Amino acid sequence: MVDLVWFQLLSAALFVIGLYGVLARRSAVLILMSIELMLNAVNINLIAAAAHMEGFGSFSRFDGQLIAIFIITVAAAEVGLALAIVLRMYRNRSTVNVDEIDLMKW
Amino acid sequence: MLFQDVVFWLLTVVAVGSALGVVLIRDLFRAALLLVAVFVAVGGYFVLLNAEFLAVVQVLIYAGAISVLIIFAVMLTRDVQQGNPPNRLQIPAVALAALLLAALVTVAVDTQWSFLPEGERQSVELVQTAAVSDISPETLEQAGAAGESAAQGVGLADLLIGRFVLPFEAVSVLLLAALIGALALVRPRPAPQDARASGAESASESAGAGAAGSEAD
Repeated sequence: MVDLVWFQLLSAALFVIGLYGVLARRSAVLILMSIELMLNAVNINLIAAAAHMEGFGSFSRFDGQLIAIFIITVAAAEVGLALAIVLRMYRNRSTVNVDEIDLMKW
Repeated sequence: MLFQDVVFWLLTVVAVGSALGVVLIRDLFRAALLLVAVFVAVGGYFVLLNAEFLAVVQVLIYAGAISVLIIFAVMLTRDVQQGNPPNRLQIPAVALAALLLAALVTVAVDTQWSFLPEGERQSVELVQTAAVSDISPETLEQAGAAGESAAQGVGLADLLIGRFVLPFEAVSVLLLAALIGALALVRPRPAPQDARASGAESASESAGAGAAGSEAD
């Protein structure tokens, strides 16, 4: 199997790209997409660590995969809800640029 | 393990390249399509890591459902022509991302990641390979790896409906709540009194909204 450190470096790269997308872009839809990137990076990290720790004590690779399943489920709920909010925002303000949504700012 | 290395680096080129495209490209729709490429590549990594079920789930849920949702959002919000402009935080964002990457790389490279002695790791790897190919039990026995697999004990579903049944149920409730919340957010507002009198269309619309509201309750 490929060494764990490569998976971790890959995961770090994907996470950082997602972080840049969240911080530096205006469109709320793109920020959502970047969050999905970050969640995927975390999933890779979890599953790689679980696969490499298999056989260590009573650890099985399914322990890590289980957490990844929960992350995927929560991510699905999050995307559905967030996109509903984005659509609502667009209907009220006719923009999805996050720096123009300043209703709660004074 | 040359084949696995080749697959890993191919997938890495696709995943990191597409991920960079997602955050840098100006066209939002193309960004969404590149995101699908990232999802599929991540599914490839899962296959590489002996997580076949998760690979299937990744392709079904991420590449299938979530990407369709995102493309719908891109289409419905008509900001596609306007593109994907960066905001004023460009330089701090790059700096922060680079800083975090440096920290993560340092930690990942510096840490001792091999959990097992070399010989034991080889045998575990052999058992994992045996699960997806047809190495005979005798070969395994010769390598001293028979019966050592932790995967033989419990499977994913045993854990999911056994030890972890409470989080499992909680996540189900969370999904239901998110579904109802999304419905309540996007349903049309109840029409005001005078608008209801003006047309049968708006009246039926508000009746539909009322029905949705009572369902959500």
